[in-house]
Amino acid sequence: MLPDPNSLYGPLDPAPDAGYENAPPRMGFFTDTSVCIGCKACEVACKEWNGVPESGLDLLGMSYDNTGALTANSWRHVAFIEQPRPAGHGAVPADVLGAPVDAGPARPVDAGPQFLGMPGGQPPGRGTGVEERTDFRWLMMSDVCKHCTHAACLDVCPTGSLFRTEFGTVVVQEDICNGCGYCISACPYGVIDQRKDDGRAWKCTLCYDRLGAGMTPACAQACPTESIQYGPLDELRERAAARVATLHDRGVPEARLYGHDPNDGVGGDGAFFLLLDEPEVYGLPPDPIVTTRDLPKMWKRAGLAALAMAAATVAAFVGGSS
Amino acid sequence: MTPPGPVGDRFRRFRERLAAEGGDQPQVSDERPDTATGAALASRAEATSGGDHPNDRGRAGGNGVASSRRSAGRRGRRRGGGEELRVPEAEFTSYYGRPVLKGPVWKWDIAAYLFTGGLAAGSSLLAAGGQLTGRPALRRAGRVTALAAVSASAVFLVKDLGRPARFHHMLRVAKLTSPMSVGTWILTAYGPAAGVAAIAEAAGVLPRHGLLGLAGRALPPIGHAAGLLAAGTAPALATYTGVLLADTAVPSWHEAYPELPVIFAGSALASGAGVGLLAAPPAQAGPARRMAVAGAALELYGAHRVETRLGLLSEPYRLGRPGRMLRAGRLLTVGGVAGALLGRRSRVVGALSGTALLAASVLTRFGIFYGGVASARDPRYTVVPQRERVDARRIGMDLPSDRAVPPAV
Repeated sequence: MLPDPNSLYGPLDPAPDAGYENAPPRMGFFTDTSVCIGCKACEVACKEWNGVPESGLDLLGMSYDNTGALTANSWRHVAFIEQPRPAGHGAVPADVLGAPVDAGPARPVDAGPQFLGMPGGQPPGRGTGVEERTDFRWLMMSDVCKHCTHAACLDVCPTGSLFRTEFGTVVVQEDICNGCGYCISACPYGVIDQRKDDGRAWKCTLCYDRLGAGMTPACAQACPTESIQYGPLDELRERAAARVATLHDRGVPEARLYGHDPNDGVGGDGAFFLLLDEPEVYGLPPDPIVTTRDLPKMWKRAGLAALAMAAATVAAFVGGSS
Repeated sequence: MTPPGPVGDRFRRFRERLAAEGGDQPQVSDERPDTATGAALASRAEATSGGDHPNDRGRAGGNGVASSRRSAGRRGRRRGGGEELRVPEAEFTSYYGRPVLKGPVWKWDIAAYLFTGGLAAGSSLLAAGGQLTGRPALRRAGRVTALAAVSASAVFLVKDLGRPARFHHMLRVAKLTSPMSVGTWILTAYGPAAGVAAIAEAAGVLPRHGLLGLAGRALPPIGHAAGLLAAGTAPALATYTGVLLADTAVPSWHEAYPELPVIFAGSALASGAGVGLLAAPPAQAGPARRMAVAGAALELYGAHRVETRLGLLSEPYRLGRPGRMLRAGRLLTVGGVAGALLGRRSRVVGALSGTALLAASVLTRFGIFYGGVASARDPRYTVVPQRERVDARRIGMDLPSDRAVPPAV
């Protein structure tokens, strides 16, 4: 039943474990948030390509993020965080892009908090050069399904609607899903979600239809800054490690990878991230663990409880006369 | 999770509230904590590794209505022993106070199924015991209740699906990694057996002669076999639901995985015993009384463990509606067992005790169910335990915490 000792937990190559012979290399996303500009082209491209219905138009009144979260109708979600802290809070102000910023018309630097202007205005510090930027930064991150090595949604699906593709990604078959909702409670990232008027569960497919044709997923294709990079996971992990080293050299000590480690609680993510702050700042769980890691222990406890129940019944009927 | 609504409706409310409260004081929506407008500031302040910010709690800005209501709810919540159960406020960061997890989409009918499934299992065990030890009242009541309860279970389960017409897709696969799939097959084995056993009870009302008379003579042995088969699968039916809830990312369900099957086994036994106490004359109800004691012991032990052992994750089982349900359930369990033991000569006291045990089982199931739902909706229960794990690992590996890096301002 369980061919690999790491079937439930630990490092694993998921596609061969799922039974694919001669599977292509595992594909994934590396989302480098240090170059994300929050344009939401990924959200739009995803909706366009996959025919995802509208999420409802509402202003959440918290930031430039009016999508709010990954849902059944938003398979990419650009998180937007405002922090009173410059990018690269080391001793020397850093520029994540590494290139000198072109000085526009000089602007007086005032001491107090700065009015950031309306959307579409100049970003703060654009005109002053890197040294005189104020203590304020925006963090933007395009969130997506993580396509976990150990995908809880897939493990708990009782219909076989969720399956592992030959590329190591996790996809819902909408003609099978009966909307039981188990995957939704099982996902440690809160990604997969039920579409209200439809009843079934939906999430990012990593554009399975495009992958099969050798194309790049829509979001990565649309990303104007290559914040979303698509490719073989091994290659992406190398590239990501190099990028972190570069950022550390440039004075961004808080740059760190998230979901890249095959030894983490979900066996590593197929879609991993470079973050500039703790994961929970972006709404990501700091240390997710696939729930099925403990499943053998759970069945054992249930078995013991069942035995106790049977024993109690026997004792109740044979132990006494009244 | 954004429901389609009028354009900018929430933003308009936010602006109006700002105007009413006169300015830049960040405030939090009272009825919709997930909009958490004030959290931007708090989340910002905490991310600077502060401590200099007066409100370090990420939950909805910590300074809004939600937080004061929460602490008010916790005040004065002491248990019998005088033990202070208040967990210190955990500091944590979140994305505008929004939940990390998607809460279970299961509605009340799944909580109801937890009860009816357990009731069916307990009743089948009671019926099998009555059948083997010659207590026809227990047998009859157990079998009929089991059929009614398992039928109700099927209705609840199918009704809760997003696509009820596709319920049979559950039968496409059998997966040990999916407790729901395992449960489907347990129900598939149990349901027909319980049904046949209950139908066999009709033998008593059939005429003595003719074709129906033949059926009347054939039914009891068939019912006997079916009753034993149902009782054989009943313990699995009662306990797999513990794994069903625990095998999720819902913090307070998952961490309670050692206890949930114990609670559910106890609750099932107690509800089965309740049926016996209600239906059987005191002379035949002895085994039901002993089942009630055993079930109550398991249920109370398990519930006590989840309410105290899990630290922060025990909190959802003590606060609010789930907390009230579990406390009421405990009182009713104790009352039911006491009534069953003390009033063993009285049919009325026995029936009251049985009713109390059944009500206690309902309350316990709903309390556990909604406690978990509450733990998934508040990012605190997701982030804080995981953050503690990460920090402990960092200390173990002697790595500097990223939070310790001072901001260069």
